[in-house]
Amino acid sequence: MKAFTTIHSSAIPLPIENIDTDQIIPARFLKATTREGFGENLFCDWRYHKDGSEKADFVLNDLTYSGEILVAGANFGCGSSREHAAWAIGDYGFRVVVSSFFADIFKNNALNNGILPVQVSEDFLQKLFASIQQNPGTEITVDLDNQKISFEGGKASFDINSYKKMCLQKGYSDLDFLLSLREKIGAFEM
Amino acid sequence: MKNIFDKIWDAHIVQSVQDGPDVFYIDRHFIHEVTSPQAFTGLRERGLPVFRPKQTIATADHNVPTEDQDKLIKEALSRLQVDTLVSNCKEFGLELYGLGHPYQGIVHVIGPELGITQPGMTIVCGDSHTSTHGAFGCIAFGIGTSEVEQVLATQCILQQKAQSMRITIDGELGKGVTAKDLILYVISKLGTAGGTGHVVEYAGSAIRSLSMEGRMTVCNMSIEMGARGGLIAPDQTTFDYIKGREFAPQGVDWETAVMKWKELPSDPGATFDKEYHFDAADIEPMITYGTNPGMGLGISQRIPQKEDLASERDGRQLQKSLAYMNLQAGQPMLGQQIDYVFIGSCTNSRIEDLREVAAFVKGKKKADHVQVLIVPGSQQVREQSQKEGLDKILAEAGFFLREPGCSACLGMNEDKVPPGKYCVSTSNRNFEGRQGPGSRTFLASPLTAAAAAVAGKIVDVREYL
Repeated sequence: MKAFTTIHSSAIPLPIENIDTDQIIPARFLKATTREGFGENLFCDWRYHKDGSEKADFVLNDLTYSGEILVAGANFGCGSSREHAAWAIGDYGFRVVVSSFFADIFKNNALNNGILPVQVSEDFLQKLFASIQQNPGTEITVDLDNQKISFEGGKASFDINSYKKMCLQKGYSDLDFLLSLREKIGAFEM
Repeated sequence: MKNIFDKIWDAHIVQSVQDGPDVFYIDRHFIHEVTSPQAFTGLRERGLPVFRPKQTIATADHNVPTEDQDKLIKEALSRLQVDTLVSNCKEFGLELYGLGHPYQGIVHVIGPELGITQPGMTIVCGDSHTSTHGAFGCIAFGIGTSEVEQVLATQCILQQKAQSMRITIDGELGKGVTAKDLILYVISKLGTAGGTGHVVEYAGSAIRSLSMEGRMTVCNMSIEMGARGGLIAPDQTTFDYIKGREFAPQGVDWETAVMKWKELPSDPGATFDKEYHFDAADIEPMITYGTNPGMGLGISQRIPQKEDLASERDGRQLQKSLAYMNLQAGQPMLGQQIDYVFIGSCTNSRIEDLREVAAFVKGKKKADHVQVLIVPGSQQVREQSQKEGLDKILAEAGFFLREPGCSACLGMNEDKVPPGKYCVSTSNRNFEGRQGPGSRTFLASPLTAAAAAVAGKIVDVREYL
């Protein structure tokens, strides 16, 4: 897993609530047996017409917006447990998702793929949306070490448990840690 | 004093990580073809075996066709995924109830019907509807593929303990009101994120009177209010269901197991982080009108107006959903024309569901313009319905029983609802495009779905009973 450092980037805004994982990556794209290439179909049904041409009014097709940060409405990632949603977001090039609320399974899946879910207050989120709308180039800084997110119009702290933070900082995966415990797990089974 | 969730959770901690998650031991792990291939690749890359192969059970369900399962799968990518599962199970020494096996079926239907799912267990699967197994008094939840790999490699995952919630539903469900209506009602009250971060215990007399099938339907949809899992304390109904099943404890082991299971229910006076109470008598047959499972209402009600909603956010969601569904605020749901009916999925494809539908449609016919897809949850459910002659009753009404799989719940196989068409579905999600690109879903109980198929529109099933 790629280690996470401080990110300075503009953002892509998606001010929609309850974005479920079927919107992030529809089920018909889950037939791959590898982890790569899902970014192409990220938000597929919002992003493309049936004939495969781009829908001009969808934000990913709007060249005004770019960046490694996705800013989305509350309850992001609800629905299915498909890790493909996190893979699609990562594969597209996002390292951070900012929202006022995340679904549990998505949050775990994101963290397991080096994507940082930053949970902020609804008020902060709305200010951030407003700022991006006014100036699409709004630069946002996400500082994992100090657990701070800031932009010209505001700053806030965010929570992350210290174990997961360490994993992100060092690029460790849970599996490395669990494998070191196999003897202990064997003893637990007795 | 402990609640049932604490009891099971605490008994499965291998190690606690300071200010971090617990190393959480998993008793049973189910896998299917869609969320497992990358996990096996991970094992292969590290040269790891499966740590406890006997505790993982595999089946093919998401991608499989529901006709001609004895023939080659037509769609190349689906075939590759199913074949990959077969070769992975062979390579790593795992039991597979794949296509052609008499135990094949939807992963959350076969676990319980084989007696693999038992009270007090921790159960995971790369599928959010793993919460279904909580009906037996288990901690059961969906995980991502990285976690599937962790379970395969170590039989553990790292989990932050969830908070606890109790939802008590007392009273008696009315005529024509089922477990599905009960859970759709609860989700409509709590919203799609009302349970996030929590494991829910369902309690109260209305829950106690449900069959195991009904309890599975309730726990199945816990994830639709964001909950990590849902569970119901085991009781005599639970024990009677498990007894004698293929993998259930036998003889002396049975007696010992039941004694242990009887200690699982929450201690009197145990507390929960959150509590809700509902009255079963307030619940009507339910139907959803929007694009998340929280957007449901009693069948006799009208779609709300923006002004009726609690927050601006709900108002925005309403507008967006109604535009997608091509419905109007304030319109009644009764009389809404429909094109498709889907009876199936891990929520409602068990024998009891098929019995209920067959009893209702006996001597009736589906409306000409309605396409009906009826898909049993497993080979065993299919076989049982044939034994009971349900398949014939259904066929006479124009409901042709297909072969088991997830089918039109998520449209990964050929079973899809076409763009713009309305489907009354017994599944669990009405998200945009869930049943096929552009499809429009109304979630309901098997009874309400059957009644809609016959009437050709949404009707109040109580008027037909």
